[in-house]
Amino acid sequence: MRHLLSAADLDRDRADSILNTAAQLATLQNRSVKKLPTLRGRTIANLFFEDSTRTRLSFEAAAKRLSADVITFTAKGSSVSKGESLKDTALTLEAMGAEVVVVRHGASGAAHRLAHSGWTQAGVINAGDGTHEHPTQALLDAYTIRDRLCAGAGNLDGLRVVIVGDVLHSRVARSNVILLGTLGAEVTLVAPPTLMPKGVESWPCQYTYDLDEALTGADAVMMLRVQAERMNAAYFPSAHEYSRSFGLTAARAQRLADHGIVLHPGPMNRGMEISADVADGPRSVVVDQVTNGVSVRMAVLYEVFGARAQVGAIGNAEVDNFIGGEPDAQG
Amino acid sequence: MTSPARVFDADDMSRVLSRIAHEIIERSRGVDDLVILGIQSRGVPLAQRIASRIEDIAGHSIPLGALDVTMYRDDVSIRGARPVGVTQVPDVGIDDQLVVLVDDVLFSGRTVRAALDALNDIGRPRSVQLAVLIDRGHRELPIRADYVGKNLPTASAESVMVRVSEIDGHDEVLLGRDDRAASVASDGYQA
Repeated sequence: MRHLLSAADLDRDRADSILNTAAQLATLQNRSVKKLPTLRGRTIANLFFEDSTRTRLSFEAAAKRLSADVITFTAKGSSVSKGESLKDTALTLEAMGAEVVVVRHGASGAAHRLAHSGWTQAGVINAGDGTHEHPTQALLDAYTIRDRLCAGAGNLDGLRVVIVGDVLHSRVARSNVILLGTLGAEVTLVAPPTLMPKGVESWPCQYTYDLDEALTGADAVMMLRVQAERMNAAYFPSAHEYSRSFGLTAARAQRLADHGIVLHPGPMNRGMEISADVADGPRSVVVDQVTNGVSVRMAVLYEVFGARAQVGAIGNAEVDNFIGGEPDAQG
Repeated sequence: MTSPARVFDADDMSRVLSRIAHEIIERSRGVDDLVILGIQSRGVPLAQRIASRIEDIAGHSIPLGALDVTMYRDDVSIRGARPVGVTQVPDVGIDDQLVVLVDDVLFSGRTVRAALDALNDIGRPRSVQLAVLIDRGHRELPIRADYVGKNLPTASAESVMVRVSEIDGHDEVLLGRDDRAASVASDGYQA
């Protein structure tokens, strides 16, 4: 996996492999030394054109736990036009020796552009591009669901996951529809008609405008953040009305299966898309999502760095060490 | 690949593991602070078998664990990412214990180097020893085994294949010429 640009880059085996690796890396939390030497001396650039605290910190923690060096670049309020800015920054990072770039950008397709423009040889991880995708968020959501509902192993076959909110503008929803579908879950999208994307019929999932119906018996529900600017853009009449039809209250959460869990990518608007008692209640796995995010991003960084090996130095004497041809590396 | 020669059959392997178990007891003068850690993946079942033999002789249970060294290897930049296996440290921990690492084949010594680094992050053993089923030579680091099932002189182009019933369905050790290096190299997961 040279880049991770979209959840569609992950077939089932690759996704399972990343989630399994993440599960092993998660055991690091219980150790006194919470660090691995795997990427010692390697350089990762965090390139955040859009505000993001938790994703940036999560990637930074993941990189540091693998002993990599992290360069962080935030272009908040940059006046340079987006295309040029991305290119110039990419050239700078290339010159500084960044081997993997984690990019968050307001324009859909920015990560793809960076990966395929020839501006940099670095591996690219999409940390959110416009309203397009946020694949590591989908991976950590899948990990959290698997951890809670499948005893940390196996697959999501047949699990019913409901994704609720501003699907139209949500890269989290897009990546989750793809990844959860790949892993065998049945996804249902719920949104007001104004916030349901055009062409949703062709997506590999169900959709409905009725939250109560969708929640009944579901294994997991993912509440999407309603962004303040949408409230003023006439997508729905008022915050109160949105909350009444599409907010997750304690009464609504009772419709979930007994083991049903509640996810939210954060930051939460308490009282808007999710009520405080649900956010803090026993079904909520919001804090787990943050913890799991670090393990999942470690696994993704490891995969992307691993793919760089195969571009480069294969074919020398080191190959002798492989001999055995077994799943064990002998030595 | 030309047909490989069998070095050990199941009975040979069983006898060798019994001998190693006895040697561990003999050298450690009792097994009160012994912890046995198998290196993933084929070191793990071998460690289990050695531990159960020691338990039979000593009459009490021996703390047993598994060590995955994938993230401690020095060759991520060469061989790529590999699936990470389970690391399971027994409840007693390894601090001030006599840790015996168990692996199937000792070759370059790099796996053991990685295992020693991993141990360093988990705790501080009183002493660390190494038991291997096969020592095939060609060391690239100053590392040696304390307990060796068989010293097997090999050419570097040969391959030693250890099969254990827990993973492969049967026990045996084969020595063959390996012409799969190229295909292995193209897939980091096959390492």
